[in-house]
Order: sequence, then C-alpha cells, then structure tokens
Amino acid sequence: MSGFLEIRGLSARLAGTGQRLLRSVDISLPAGCVRGLVGESGAGKSMIGKAVLGVLPKAVEIIEGEILLDGQDLQKVSPAERRRLIGAKAALIPQDPLTALNPSRRIGPQITDRLVDILGWTKARATTRALEVLAEVSIPEPERIMRLYPHELSGGMRQRILIASAFAAEPKLIVADEPTTALDVTVQKQILKLISELQARHGTALLFVTHDLGVVSKVCDTLSVLYAGKVVEDTTVERFFAAPQHGYSSALLAATPRHTDPSSSLKPVPHEVLETVAAEIAASDAAWRPNGGARG
Amino acid sequence: MLDGRGSIRRRSGARLWLSAVWLTLFVLAALLAPWISPHDPLAQDLMLGRLPPAWVAGAEPGYWLGTDSLGRDVLSRIIHGARIALVVALIAGTATCLLGSALGMVAGFYRGWADRLISRLVDIWMAFPPVLFAILLIAVLGTGLTSVILAIVIIDWTRFCRVVRAETLNQSKMDYVHSAKVAGFTRLRTLATEILPNVLPTIIALLTLEMGIAVIVEAILSFVNLSISTDQPTWGGMIAEGRTSIHQAWWVLVFPLVALFLTVLSFAQFGDGLRERFDPVLR
Repeated sequence: MSGFLEIRGLSARLAGTGQRLLRSVDISLPAGCVRGLVGESGAGKSMIGKAVLGVLPKAVEIIEGEILLDGQDLQKVSPAERRRLIGAKAALIPQDPLTALNPSRRIGPQITDRLVDILGWTKARATTRALEVLAEVSIPEPERIMRLYPHELSGGMRQRILIASAFAAEPKLIVADEPTTALDVTVQKQILKLISELQARHGTALLFVTHDLGVVSKVCDTLSVLYAGKVVEDTTVERFFAAPQHGYSSALLAATPRHTDPSSSLKPVPHEVLETVAAEIAASDAAWRPNGGARG
Repeated sequence: MLDGRGSIRRRSGARLWLSAVWLTLFVLAALLAPWISPHDPLAQDLMLGRLPPAWVAGAEPGYWLGTDSLGRDVLSRIIHGARIALVVALIAGTATCLLGSALGMVAGFYRGWADRLISRLVDIWMAFPPVLFAILLIAVLGTGLTSVILAIVIIDWTRFCRVVRAETLNQSKMDYVHSAKVAGFTRLRTLATEILPNVLPTIIALLTLEMGIAVIVEAILSFVNLSISTDQPTWGGMIAEGRTSIHQAWWVLVFPLVALFLTVLSFAQFGDGLRERFDPVLR
C-alpha cells in the first residue's frame, strides 16, 4: 500500500554546483503514521521536511525524484497549484516557538486567517475551531489568549499555540521540525505527549524531524536514519532499538548519553564507521546517473 | 521584565510628550498663521528696522522677537515660515517614505534581479553629495515648492530603501514567514500581513526623522536662494538674510534657527517615542 506521503529517489543539490545535498531519498509515510527523520546536523533531515512543504531555500534545487502528497506529484504541478495542495493538506510545527509567531499580530488572527482566507471558512466557524483546538492543547482561557500578543506568553504556551494552529485545519500531514529543541526539558515532555495525543486522535501522518533518539522512541512508528543526505537505514522503531542494521545506526545509538550510568563517558561515532558510510556514499554516487537533470 | 518595561515607558513618555507639544505648536502656527501672527510678515517699515526683541532695551511694544533690517516682524515671519516647513515636512517626508519603503520591501522580500537593480541604484545614489545633488536638481527643475519637494524625494528615498530592505531581509527569514508560505498565502499577502507590521515601527521612526531632514533641506535650499520665491517667508531664507546683519541684529538669525532646531529635534524624538509605543515587544 502506498503512503499518504511518498518520496521517491529525491535528490537535491546546491544550485549551480555538483554538491549533492540529498541522495536518492526514499521515504514512505502511510496516513496516520509517524516517521522520524534522524541524523546529525547537516544530514538533510530538515531539508526533506522543507522539500515536502515547498519551502526549500532558493539555493537548493531538486534535480530528480518525486514527492507524492496524497498521490499527486508536487514536482509536476504548477507552483500555484503546489501551494494550494500543500496549504490544504499539510502543516508545519516549527522549531522555535519564539520566532514562529508574528510578534506584531494577535494570536487569534494568526490561527484563523489561514482557515478563512485559504480554506474559505466563515469567520465564525474559524473562530469556533480556533477556540476548540486551543482547548485541545490545554490552553486556559482560549478567548483571552486569542487577544494577546505572542510576547505575552511563555515559550511552552507559544509552542502549544503553534501545535493547535497546525492541527486547526485538520491537515492529513504535519511536518514537525525539531519541535521541542528550543524548549526546556520539562516542557519538552509535555509537548511531545501533546503532539502524540493529537496525532493519534486526528489520524494525522506526522513527519518528525529530530536529532534526539529518545524522542523518536516515544513518538515514532518508523524512522529513517540520514547521513550526508542519504537514508542509511529505514526501519521500524522496535527493530531499530532492538538491533540496528547499519553500522552508523548502532554507533548513533551507542552515542546517546545514558543517565543511568553517569560514569560512562560520551561515545562519539567511531572513525571507522564514518569511513564505511563515506565509502558507501561514494560508491552510490559513482553508480548514480542523473536522469532528470533537464526536467523542468 | 515589568519594571524594565516600565522604566522604558517613563523615559520615552517625557520625550514623546515634550516633542509632541512643540510639534503641536508648530502645526497650529502653520495652520493659523494669518490669524495669530501679530503683523503682516511682508510689511516693511524702514523706521522700525532692526528692532531688538521685547526684553532688550530699545524694543518697540508688539514686536516680541524684534524686526529685521527692512522692519519686518521676526515672530510673524517665523510663524508664516512654519507653513512652508510643514508642507515640505509632510508631503516630501511622506512621499520619500512611500517610495523608499516600497522599493526597500520589494528588494528585501523578492530578492533576485529586483534586489540587484534597486541595491545598485541605491549605491550609485548615495555616492552623490546630497546638497550638491539638490542644488543641481533645483537648477534643472526650476525653483518653487513643487521642485523642492521633488528634489527631496529624489535625493532621500535611499535612506528608507536601505534600512527597510535590511529589515525586510531579517523578517523574511522568520519562521512565521515560512509558515505563511506553507499555509498557501500569496507573496503579496505575506508581505502585507507578516512583514509590513514588523517593519512599520522602523518606517515610522524613519518617517519622522525624514520630516525633520526635509525641513533642513528646504532651509538649506532657501539659504542658497534656490527654494521658494523671496516674497514668501521661509526659515532658511530668514537665516540667510540674518547672516548679513549678525553683528547688528543677532535675533534675525537666531530665532528662525531655534525654531528650525527645535522642530527637527522634535521630529526625531517623536519618532523614537512612537516606535517604542508601537513596538509590541518593547511596549
């Protein structure tokens, strides 16, 4: 069965150079499931999320592959149509709640504008819906909160609002780009629980970008491990934590700090492992022939 | 947090109100000039030439700030001069602001060739010495109020353009701009609702500053006799005339200068105060 989100053979490069940033990435995400994208900084996990949502920076160009959202190839439709499709079916939970809400606008319109102007809801219906989702993320006095400015709320509150906002239009897919990284640990836990609950209740497919394997074990069903823009392992969470198949995955897992044993020092990913991955990538690069380079 | 914000508000409060008081006086003087000025600003009376201000020995009652060498009342001329200054400040300031901010936002938000074109234009523009540029423009456009306003707009739009472009660039990187894009808002709409409100405090501060600058530029052009015809009193013109008799009658030079100084200062302070009021984070 094909997923709600299907990424097939997606390659991207730095515009005008041969520098590949994504290397034939395949990702399948069925409706209602949660997939984690893990990897080091610069492995391309955020970039995949951005590609799905159509907000790649101008400097990155997709050279081949397809991104199918609900069966429709986003690379083949016009930019306007792509914007409409993404706007109607997907949403984003951004990384930093402090910069993700417009500081000079009240909370209310920041949630409802999109329902009214893009999805064509009436103002009253959008307001009711906003109050509903705000209550769903346990925000006290939603009517009052809707009239406040972002700076009047704490980081945790703002992240809740962003989550509510993402779920407001009942999207089929949500991309969460490290949604807890900017929060402190106690708040992190609540926010994760909240995202999981809402995801399960609404049956939303969730693409969860993170570098925290602990988070993955709590939230995700399946995961893709990325290194240098290549998926080195695509597996389920149970199998990953029980017996990772790829050398890099096991090294990554071993590198996770253990609170139970404070005497153990942090283990970096061993040099040999990195050399193996690099060799694999070089081999696949050599075998790779760009076939869609000229495609519009 | 609270006391920090409180103290900021108190300080900006005094500044805001003091400058607002002077600007109100300035606007009222300009609007009501024919009714409140004690004398006809153009009436000459050589018998009453170079009368000192009211508190200096030898003053004539009714001539509060003295008279110039042709016997024209300095106070009346300052009040009437405020009219030109106000028109120039409002029209030239606003037009400059609109042109510069629009170009700056386009350059900063759309980037690409538009940005390259506008930014190069700004670089070239700013290489001209502004006063010489103004004089040159007036020479081409001819003297008169419209030319002065046009000259100010043509010279000063870069001031807005550069700052607004930088600010727009910053805003464009914010997550809420990304979110708006994901949600499917058009670029124009994103510019209007996500970016403009955040750039607005800067634009307002610049606008008030520009109004002050416009008054100065007009005064400079009047000073070199390239502004409005000499039968209309302007502060710059008065300063130019006062310069020739500075040793005999300092008041002819000093009072218009003080009016100019206070007005320009008030515009700048008013703008800063407003920016702090408008900025939801500083508020």
